[in-house]
Amino acid sequence: MASVLPTGEPAPADGSLPPEALRGLGSRPFGVYVHVPFCATRCGYCDFNTYTPGELGSAASPASWLDGLRAELGLAARVLGQAPPADTVFVGGGTPSLLGAGGLADVLDAVRDAFGLAGGAEVTTEANPESTSPEFFAGIRAAGYTRVSLGMQSAAPHVLATLDRRHTPGRPVAAAGEARAAGFEHVNLDLIYGTPGETDDDLRASLDAALNAGVDHVSAYSLIVEDGTALARRVARGELPAPDDDVLADRYEIIDTTLTAAGLTWYEVSNWAASPGARCRHNLGYWLGADWWGAGPGAHSHVGGVRWWNLKHPARYAATLAEGRSPAAAREVLSADDRRLERVLLELRLADGLPVEVLDAGGRREARTAAAEGLLDPVALGSTNGAPGRCVLTARGRLLADAVVRRLVG
Amino acid sequence: MSSFADTTFTSPERIRNFCIIAHIDHGKSTLADRMLQLTGVLDERSYRDQYLDRMDIERERGITIKAQNVRLPWQVGGTDHVLHLIDTPGHVDFTYEVSRSLAACEGAILLVDAAQGIEAQTLANLYLAMEHDLHIIPVLNKIDLPAAEPDRYAAELAHIIGCDPGDVLRVSAKTGMGVRELLDEVVRQVPPPQGDADAPARALIFDSVYDTYRGVVTYIRVFDGKITPRQKIRMMSTGATHELLEVGIISPDPKPCSGLGVGEVGYLITGVKDVRQSKVGDTITLEKGGATEPLGGYRDPRPMVYAGLYPVDGSDYPVLREALDKLRLNDAALNYEPETSAALGFGFRCGFLGLLHLEITRDRLEREYGLDLISTAPNVVYRVVMEDGTEQVVTNPSDWPTGKIAEVHEPVVRTTIIAPSEFVGAIMELCQSRRGQLGGMDYLSESRVELRYTLPLAEIIFDFFDALKSRTRGYASLDYEEAGSQTANLVKVDILLQGEPVDAFSAIVHRDQAYAYGTKMATKLRELIPRQQFEVPIQAAIGSRVIARETIRAMRKDVLAKCYGGDITRKRKLLEKQKEGKKRMKMVGRVEVPQEAFVAALSTDETGDKGKSAKK
Ligand SMILES: Nc1nc2c(ncn2[C@@H]2O[C@H](COP(=O)(O)OP(=O)(O)OP(=O)(O)O)[C@@H](O)[C@H]2O)c(=O)[nH]1
Ligand SMILES: C[S@@+](CC[C@H](N)C(=O)[O-])C[C@H]1O[C@@H](n2cnc3c(N)ncnc32)[C@H](O)[C@@H]1O
Ligand code: SF4
Ligand SMILES: [Mg+2]
Repeated sequence: MASVLPTGEPAPADGSLPPEALRGLGSRPFGVYVHVPFCATRCGYCDFNTYTPGELGSAASPASWLDGLRAELGLAARVLGQAPPADTVFVGGGTPSLLGAGGLADVLDAVRDAFGLAGGAEVTTEANPESTSPEFFAGIRAAGYTRVSLGMQSAAPHVLATLDRRHTPGRPVAAAGEARAAGFEHVNLDLIYGTPGETDDDLRASLDAALNAGVDHVSAYSLIVEDGTALARRVARGELPAPDDDVLADRYEIIDTTLTAAGLTWYEVSNWAASPGARCRHNLGYWLGADWWGAGPGAHSHVGGVRWWNLKHPARYAATLAEGRSPAAAREVLSADDRRLERVLLELRLADGLPVEVLDAGGRREARTAAAEGLLDPVALGSTNGAPGRCVLTARGRLLADAVVRRLVG
Repeated sequence: MSSFADTTFTSPERIRNFCIIAHIDHGKSTLADRMLQLTGVLDERSYRDQYLDRMDIERERGITIKAQNVRLPWQVGGTDHVLHLIDTPGHVDFTYEVSRSLAACEGAILLVDAAQGIEAQTLANLYLAMEHDLHIIPVLNKIDLPAAEPDRYAAELAHIIGCDPGDVLRVSAKTGMGVRELLDEVVRQVPPPQGDADAPARALIFDSVYDTYRGVVTYIRVFDGKITPRQKIRMMSTGATHELLEVGIISPDPKPCSGLGVGEVGYLITGVKDVRQSKVGDTITLEKGGATEPLGGYRDPRPMVYAGLYPVDGSDYPVLREALDKLRLNDAALNYEPETSAALGFGFRCGFLGLLHLEITRDRLEREYGLDLISTAPNVVYRVVMEDGTEQVVTNPSDWPTGKIAEVHEPVVRTTIIAPSEFVGAIMELCQSRRGQLGGMDYLSESRVELRYTLPLAEIIFDFFDALKSRTRGYASLDYEEAGSQTANLVKVDILLQGEPVDAFSAIVHRDQAYAYGTKMATKLRELIPRQQFEVPIQAAIGSRVIARETIRAMRKDVLAKCYGGDITRKRKLLEKQKEGKKRMKMVGRVEVPQEAFVAALSTDETGDKGKSAKK
């Protein structure tokens, strides 16, 4: 939910989709994303579409947001017609845990009302460690959630301070324990590495803490200094050094080695899981071109080659829905070239890799060169027993993934 | 406004032809403004400062680039006179504009800033005027300034010209004080033109300008006979004939007239489209009953420095060619021919009068034609003699011969530096470090000296002027003129990326400077070229001998490792932008070099001549 929305073509007021987009709906995985645009305070590095109570004033509230959400999900069900039940649900933010277990139960009920849940559906919510408790986890577990993603970021107090995080260093690990005790088999911890002031040892300590928490999934993101954030201003003023690419590369290697040794293997550039079943199916849908409806302010959706995104401000979002109109701000209908580009861009990030046949002749040539340079796995690239080859990044290649993509798409 | 000066065929004894010459910024164009106003040819409504600086680039930089003439009425003692005034540029690059103006005049106002005194171009222009046997009127300007020291500089000026300090006039071009008297003195002192009204017509072309609407406008000074519209004229150098469509005067804007007689200055239009068909220095006569002896002309301005100009976007090459063709219509000093660079693609090797000329040309190409250009480091022209006796003229370092070289000749210039005497030591040190040879030294007054050095042109075109200024707290002024060539121990330094020479970075330098150049470029490039997926060695080499080396470490991270959720569009747009950026990269072997790196590496960070900033 980046702070700046892309520019696209106007989206129809009734939210309708071209018939081609609806064709094949249900034959691909179908997910629902719900965006919760509320946080207690704004972290200095964050440019997600989220608002503090002070920023919102009386313009919007969780209650008006929930009304809007229900309206949007109803509209979604109408637009999609024979909407398939949701295979995955992901409630993200912002800070979904601010809604409390009851609020999150209401959200999931709204999704159920609109689409129903497929058997064995994966239902995730993000949560900030400081707004969770054993009761919270028990509540959402009972409501039907199956997976929790906690924003840990770091175990080092000075790193948490630089990131403006509100939780104490031990809280994320404790929360993960509480979640597991409440019956959550799938728990993720988000880490941020490369924060100014973080040392290799700080990072190692964070990894150890995360592993000790016994989670089956870790996401590790390199700190991005986003334009317009407080962090960007501090860097510009020279108060903080910008993260250094070589340091970020070193840290990534530490993370990959440590997690791999502990039995968590990478399945996407920034994601590691203890088993194939521990991978986040919802996020895999983003990378594999699945269909999903993103509901809530600023949420992005994709159905059958059409991408659209909602109005960002919760007040405008709610007001537009209250008038019976679609909250979509704009959309784009992907061309065949766009789709091919996106496949390369997204699937190359996965451990399962990109099927070579997606590439044109030039791209395949580049793939062989990249393999010779140690960026792609040469074994995976060769076709074995008639199965077509795949482009799978090596450890070094993962760190240069964007450069490899640019080469493969010419 | 109409006046008696609007009617031509004025009798020669009522005509005075003069120019204003001075060091840069001493107030020539401002003085011309006052003269335009006092003589009444310019009303208040049309007035603007430096009225005769008509080009945008002149107005922006506040300097004169092209000489401009104007016809003025002036009464002395109840008698009408016609004055032809030519305002000239002061910058050394445009000295040829001054010399051709001088040939159209009998007198010159030598203007000196009363707060600065004599400067290098004051002397250079004075000597030029003396060579043309012009009557010189010494004038101190800016006497309104609190810092003015008219007595001191009147003495200095008198000493140089060999007149009495009391003969030096004092004016303020800003307030107009003394300008009326100066105009009277022009009438009194400048000799009237002499010529034979009955002889076959002879007129000297002293300027030739391309105008989009009117074609080539040719400025002439009639010496003998007369020129009238609808005649056929002949260019004496080529024999080409043209129909005269219009003859006119400038007062202060073009006005058609019934013709021009002996001593008169004006313009003519024939319908030719290229200034080269109406060459400065040529003599015009009539087709029927024309003259046989041309007037003395001038030498074509010769390019002193060369640089390659390349469009940043290769597809702009045709636009660049067309733009150069158009600029040349108006700038006989500009020359160019196509060249190719392995690193920069298709472009042109262009010859310029100096760095300011280069900079202005480039500026105009970019602004008037919407181009984005890279210019290679400027270099001078070398003559290389091989051991087998063959010779080669090198205007581009990439053409430096590879065989056994017997000797290399480089152009040298006679340089005049004027500065307060306390800086003599510092100046000598600088000139020595630039391989200069002291030719002489004179005291203009107790506290100011004139130093004469012979220096390799290559040593002064870059940062010499800035170095000079910083060593003299801005008090030194510099002028130079061509003075033949000398042999020198010069070598070509190549810059290699991953073993591939980058032709655009090759330079001819003195052997003693090779190491410094090599290290400077290698360090600069290490900063400018982004890291690649592999390590890139940067080497500086003379032939196969490496003299400096730097390494760009391999890039290790190029991946967006952040949670961007379902916003795939943003990620794709980012990739598309990166792909666009890649198109603006020039490939050197496998190394991607951004255009900006070329621009930055080739920009002479310590450039010498930046128009206004370099004036003194
Ligand atoms: N105070 C003062 N300033 C003057 C006077 N004459 C000219 N100036 C200023 O000196 C500066 C240069 O004047 P110009 O008339 O452009 O000088 P120039 O000799 O034509 O310069 P170039 O053509 O570039 O060689 C301008 O800022 C003028 O305003 C004067 O009499 N008094
Ligand atoms: C949707 S966000 C917010 C979830 C939740 N509110 C939290 O902060 O824990 C999910 C994750 O993105 C990561 N993230 C947010 N901003 C980032 C940035 N500027 N650079 C790198 N990672 C970032 C953090 O690890 C965060 O946990
Ligand atoms: S809590 Fe999460 S979403 Fe909220 S401001 Fe911080 S990082 Fe952003
Ligand atoms: Mg001027």
